[in-house]
Amino acid sequence: MAECNETLRELYQFLDGELTDADRHHIQQHLDDCSPCLAAFDFEAELRLVVRNRCVDTVPDALRDRIARAIEEAG
Amino acid sequence: MADQAKFAEQAMPLMDSLYSGAMRMTRNPADAEDLVQETYLRAYRGFGGFQEGTNLKAWLFRILTNTYINSYRAKQRRPEQTELDEVEDLFLYRRLGGVEAARLSRSAEDELMDTFSEAEVKAAVEDLPENFRMAVLLADVEGFSYKEIAEILEIPIGTVMSRLHRGRKALQARLFDYAVSHGLADRPSEPVPAVPATER
Repeated sequence: MAECNETLRELYQFLDGELTDADRHHIQQHLDDCSPCLAAFDFEAELRLVVRNRCVDTVPDALRDRIARAIEEAG
Repeated sequence: MADQAKFAEQAMPLMDSLYSGAMRMTRNPADAEDLVQETYLRAYRGFGGFQEGTNLKAWLFRILTNTYINSYRAKQRRPEQTELDEVEDLFLYRRLGGVEAARLSRSAEDELMDTFSEAEVKAAVEDLPENFRMAVLLADVEGFSYKEIAEILEIPIGTVMSRLHRGRKALQARLFDYAVSHGLADRPSEPVPAVPATER
């Protein structure tokens, strides 16, 4: 239980890739043994992907051309 | 010392990212286009100062952010929301993670996530107050490290982390509203178990 709280507290740093190898390993071990924590981690990782994949816009061609031209002229 | 001739080759492929970022910052296409164009011209002129081997995307986002703050923020059409939805950690999971376990199959997590449309996720991000929106955008959408975000926003790493923490929770609160509107959850706020109670 204390272990679960500690793990969940570090969830975002884990997903952000901001933990040391040792801390990362420690969490990974806990997740191997604790399906409720693993489910929470999975959920957050999945949500992160959804946010990332949905927040994509494509540059309008006209803007791309305009910028390429402006840079050429500035060159 | 970077070669200006290399600018087009290296920076042009990153334009979709910059444009997406500009859309979330300005929240309208006309300003986003102007902002990206100005960013690229500034970056081109300053490319000699870019240190080769460092992260070009981070360098461009720093120029994008500075340009936005200095030129565009003042003329934002939409009033800035300043209130942040303060909710507990794992807000969404504690309300929706159980739905999937109880009512649906294992693969339903994808289904659950699919219910959030592109427009809803964008709106949820864009509704965040600016400080939090910038941090969430740079971390969750663009994948920058805390250190890179600290440099882009010119704030301490501890501030990056606290803005991310609060911004992500507020984002989840907004997404929860959409989940409710899709009938995936009931209006708040029935008691919620303190610990994730998923058994698979």
